[in-house]
Amino acid sequence: MAGARQHIRFLLNGEEVTTGDVRPDETLLDYLRLRRTLSGTKEGCAEGDCGACTVLVGRLSDGELIYEGVNACIRFLASVDGCHVVTVEHLKRADGTLHPVQQAMVDHHGSQCGFCTPGFVMGLYALWMRKPTPSEQDIETALQGNLCRCTGYEPIVKAAKAISGYGAMKNEPLVAERAEVTSILKGWKDGSRVEIGDAGERFIIPGSLDDFADAYEANPDATIVAGSTDVGLWVTKFMREIAPVIFIGGLEELRQFGKSDGAITIGAGVSYTGAREILAAAMPAFGDLIDRIGGDQVRNMGTIGGNIANGSPIGDTPPPLIALGAELTLRKGSRRRTMPLEEFFIDYGKQDRQPGEFVESVTVPLPAKGAHFSAHKITKRRDEDITAALGAYYVELAGDGTVAAVRIAYGGMAATPKRARSAEAMLIGRPWTAENIEAAMDALSSDFTPISDMRASADYRMLVARNLLKRFFIETSGTKKPVTVKRYEAA
Amino acid sequence: MNRPIQNPSATKISGGVATDQQHDSARKHVTGEAVYIDDMPEMAGMLHGCLGLSTVAHGAIRSMDLSDVESAPGVVAVLTASDVPGENDISPTGLHDEPVLAEGKVHFFGQPVFCVIAETREAARRACKRARIEYDEEPGIFDVGGLDPEADKLVTKPLKLERGDIALALGSAPHRVKGQMRVGGQDHFYLEGQIAMALPGEDGDVTVYSSTQHPSEVQHMVAHALGVASHAVTVEIRRMGGGFGGKETQANQFAALAAIAAKKLGRAVKIRPDRDDDITATGKRHDFLVDYEAGFDDDGKILGADFLYAARCGFSADLSGPVTDRALFHCDNAYWFPAVRAQSAPFYTNTVSNTAFRGFGGPQGMVGGERLIEEIAFALGKDPLEIRKRNFYGTDERNVTPYHQTVEDNVIERVVAELEASCDYAGRRREIAAFNANSEIVKRGIALTPVKFGISFTATHFNQAGALVHVYTDGSVHLNHGGTEMGQGLYVKVAQVVAEEFQIDIDRVKITATTTGKVPNTSATAASSGSDLNGMAAQNAARQIKDRLIAFASEKYEVPTEQVVFLPNRVRVGNQEIAFDELIKQAYMGRVQLSAAGFYKTPEIHWDRERGRGQPFYYFAYGAACAETSIDTLTGEYVIDRVDILHETGRSLNRAIDIGQIEGAFIQGMGWLTTEELVWDEKGRLRTHAPSTYKIPLASDRPKVFNVALADWADNVKPTVHRSKAVGEPPFMLAISVLHALSDAVASVADHAICPRLDAPATPERVLMAVERLKREMAA
Repeated sequence: MAGARQHIRFLLNGEEVTTGDVRPDETLLDYLRLRRTLSGTKEGCAEGDCGACTVLVGRLSDGELIYEGVNACIRFLASVDGCHVVTVEHLKRADGTLHPVQQAMVDHHGSQCGFCTPGFVMGLYALWMRKPTPSEQDIETALQGNLCRCTGYEPIVKAAKAISGYGAMKNEPLVAERAEVTSILKGWKDGSRVEIGDAGERFIIPGSLDDFADAYEANPDATIVAGSTDVGLWVTKFMREIAPVIFIGGLEELRQFGKSDGAITIGAGVSYTGAREILAAAMPAFGDLIDRIGGDQVRNMGTIGGNIANGSPIGDTPPPLIALGAELTLRKGSRRRTMPLEEFFIDYGKQDRQPGEFVESVTVPLPAKGAHFSAHKITKRRDEDITAALGAYYVELAGDGTVAAVRIAYGGMAATPKRARSAEAMLIGRPWTAENIEAAMDALSSDFTPISDMRASADYRMLVARNLLKRFFIETSGTKKPVTVKRYEAA
Repeated sequence: MNRPIQNPSATKISGGVATDQQHDSARKHVTGEAVYIDDMPEMAGMLHGCLGLSTVAHGAIRSMDLSDVESAPGVVAVLTASDVPGENDISPTGLHDEPVLAEGKVHFFGQPVFCVIAETREAARRACKRARIEYDEEPGIFDVGGLDPEADKLVTKPLKLERGDIALALGSAPHRVKGQMRVGGQDHFYLEGQIAMALPGEDGDVTVYSSTQHPSEVQHMVAHALGVASHAVTVEIRRMGGGFGGKETQANQFAALAAIAAKKLGRAVKIRPDRDDDITATGKRHDFLVDYEAGFDDDGKILGADFLYAARCGFSADLSGPVTDRALFHCDNAYWFPAVRAQSAPFYTNTVSNTAFRGFGGPQGMVGGERLIEEIAFALGKDPLEIRKRNFYGTDERNVTPYHQTVEDNVIERVVAELEASCDYAGRRREIAAFNANSEIVKRGIALTPVKFGISFTATHFNQAGALVHVYTDGSVHLNHGGTEMGQGLYVKVAQVVAEEFQIDIDRVKITATTTGKVPNTSATAASSGSDLNGMAAQNAARQIKDRLIAFASEKYEVPTEQVVFLPNRVRVGNQEIAFDELIKQAYMGRVQLSAAGFYKTPEIHWDRERGRGQPFYYFAYGAACAETSIDTLTGEYVIDRVDILHETGRSLNRAIDIGQIEGAFIQGMGWLTTEELVWDEKGRLRTHAPSTYKIPLASDRPKVFNVALADWADNVKPTVHRSKAVGEPPFMLAISVLHALSDAVASVADHAICPRLDAPATPERVLMAVERLKREMAA
């Protein structure tokens, strides 16, 4: 395309980088370690689960510069076009003074083998910037994406609590550079498209949403990469060829929310972190669920659109979105169509999406007044674990106590995220009673035939699918007794 | 650089023993400046290797077509078994049962069959995928359930411990229990994966940088595989990003292949497997099936205990012999058995060869023993803690172990009594019972469990260590020893010992990378022995130099030797004080040797495996933990509400480091017993080979309240280095309290009338299934 830029440009710590020498499947981590010998950032797993590779990426969000922790191992270099990449090497001052985050870690014996430590430092740095005096829950949530095998985390959490006591650092790098960085990044936002490489090494970074629509319609064989929390693994683990690639993570237009008529419209490029902000306010259960998707880094990268378009039977947002009656908007070129989200999922690996068509947004109706909504995820490990089974429930009760509307959807129970129609049939129009819930629980076995795998046995999946429905019922009864184990007291 | 003397009038040096000295690399860790092998500058022309792994669990290699691999972009060479110039064997036991690369036959899914060497790591990985290997598959053995120790294949000789007449004891006991327990394995999940980098030298020499806990063994294995003498191979390691036993023998393969390729091609070669390959192709903690039977009286006093520990060893012996031995050595935990028999069955299976992992079989042995206690408690309707206390070893009697060693340093009763009081066990048990009576879905549980862990390598000859200390003419000290640093703080502890010995500030002591070129014939840094052995060896080296300095000063200043006294950063000679650095300068001018090789061997220990008798352990380390949990009886989900630990470290060299070891070991042990589940499918393929599927604890899994205290009222009764105790492994087993607290919570659904027999790992699924079973049995 005429006029397309043939290079990407970004800030790396204190340096402006302009380069056209980039392959679409080159990870940010490999770039840092192999080409820049910035070896403070480590590779622990190459799949976004351990956090040893955590770096910060600063980007403009509605004109404001925000820094987020990301996994450099599954983030593609090309996707940092227009961003500020900050690695652990950027923290220590020239005179050798450690950053408060680093000094707190040293003073609290927060490192043993030290391999995970730079990742923890960066994760805590990101937390410290957005919340200088975090609660224990804030700290633990921020560190869900960082594994440490030596310390047992106790000294790291103690260090995290102590950081603010070290005083605001003079010349804190990202504070000192803020205005300058913002201005540079703004200057780069010129709506231009980037197009680099031929054949197996070709990629496009569209300049706008319309440009993306055009580019994808013209290149329907392209791999769309938003957060790369899944596609990253296609490269690092399966060594798949992904070119041509269209990187859409930088499209602010896809990161928009809309609120109207009792519904929220979420742009496909909204990250889990972004979606949590708006969904948790209206539906606390949705917020709690999002807190258990990946770690902070993955939630900063992964998008709602990606979670849907990917079509995985164990994606965490489709079941609650289906239970809420969400509607999907797909776009191809300038043509849009909408459908109930549940209809998008046809079968394992098969969705109702045409070549060149992409997920543009999802519209979520807010629960009716007095309606109940909840979503529960079952995993081996509470946090940063992939779903074994997930139940999402929405019920509206009529004045006489009968069920006026009900939608029940599960993940991990079938080849797609799927509604429990038989169970719903046992409830609709009937009294919301333990007896009828028991019948609905029994009906789940005609809705689902789950499989056994490394995450759970079929028996366990069915049992918890039943019991989660029961938990939901008990929750709606307004009981004061605990209905499940909780790590944190409700805020 | 000649630095001025530090604090010439100080009353205390900085960083001596018994101080909370920070980890020597702490600043480098937080800045990212600490260099791991993959961070080292790469030599020009360096190549990268990737292992080609078998895709079946058991079978003969019918054909191997690697032509597409060879022709892949960037590929320089493809190694197969026939490229191994020396012996195609890296079995650490000398049993010749573990090839560098498979030859003719594969024995587990993921066994290295070939190795691609390419210009980049990515090219090597991509090329690996192009192999076309056909196998004649054979049936595999994936589980030890149903195997017969008499008939089925073992990888090494089993062990039997026996004391007293077990048949008589069981036969005449008023009560008996009998059962079986499954105890899962564990992946090490060191954050830094396996890695080796080999640099070819002249004369066929090779230098290997290997992330290993056992540089001497890597040296020997590389030499064997290359067919050269050990003196041609130098192995060096500054630090590992975690080891936990997973780099005791498992580094050998990568080091050997890197060295073979480097020599063959005359270029530097690095091999760093992807995490999935690392987990698939390297050994783990052994999973066990434990058969147990006990006879006991009305009070719960054990009269006889009989155990069979069947272990999934994988396809080769590796360290399975000593691992299964150590399981037997810990079936008794802290309990005296009047009559006992414990037998091991180290089974061959078509899975990766299991290996060392923190505790080295001890945890599995202890978990089996603690199940026995639990069964007795349920059989008698008593609190398990009561049964535990009733059966503790005595001090002057009731103190002989199943291996006929007398326990001479027993403090378990005091440790448990203090913890029981400080954590308010009794009060909380009552409070929990009241809560459970009123809560239908959420149930809570509590358990207090002891640990007694034997310290020493059970192979007596490993209990030796060397060190090398140089004092340079400016008074600065270069310290080297055979121990390796994997995060446990060994380097800083040994530096503290040397600083203490010379009475100089610790920053005058430079800690240097472990290398076979400086200290030879070392043992693995394992069995919690690092500071016990290397601390003593370094102290010995420093004392030799000190003795020479004393003799020198005595002669030069004409004072008796007892008037030469090392004070902080200075030496008092008669009536005058001389700065340490100054004395060193004088000693050099006086031609005093300022370098020494130190040595230490643990005294007293001996072990006769054939007879199952001896004193395999120099001493024991003790501790206890009380855990409280809440479970959701609808889903099996749980949280660890509170843990209190009292652990004994003798006179700690460094309390901060020791507390770090205790907390870290506990959480790692908790992971083993809760969420860390290794799942193999019906074809013998490990399905949990990445952090996405294999779940080690997170910050949000640790106990909500976590109190850790050191029982520092007891010095080591043995003359260990400054009377300290080993701390690497013992606290790992404190986590058994979590398994029992979960079990206690499960038991509440059946009014504590039925033993939950909760196997490990107690995943939410296992917890829920146990709840369901108890509810069913209660209803029946």
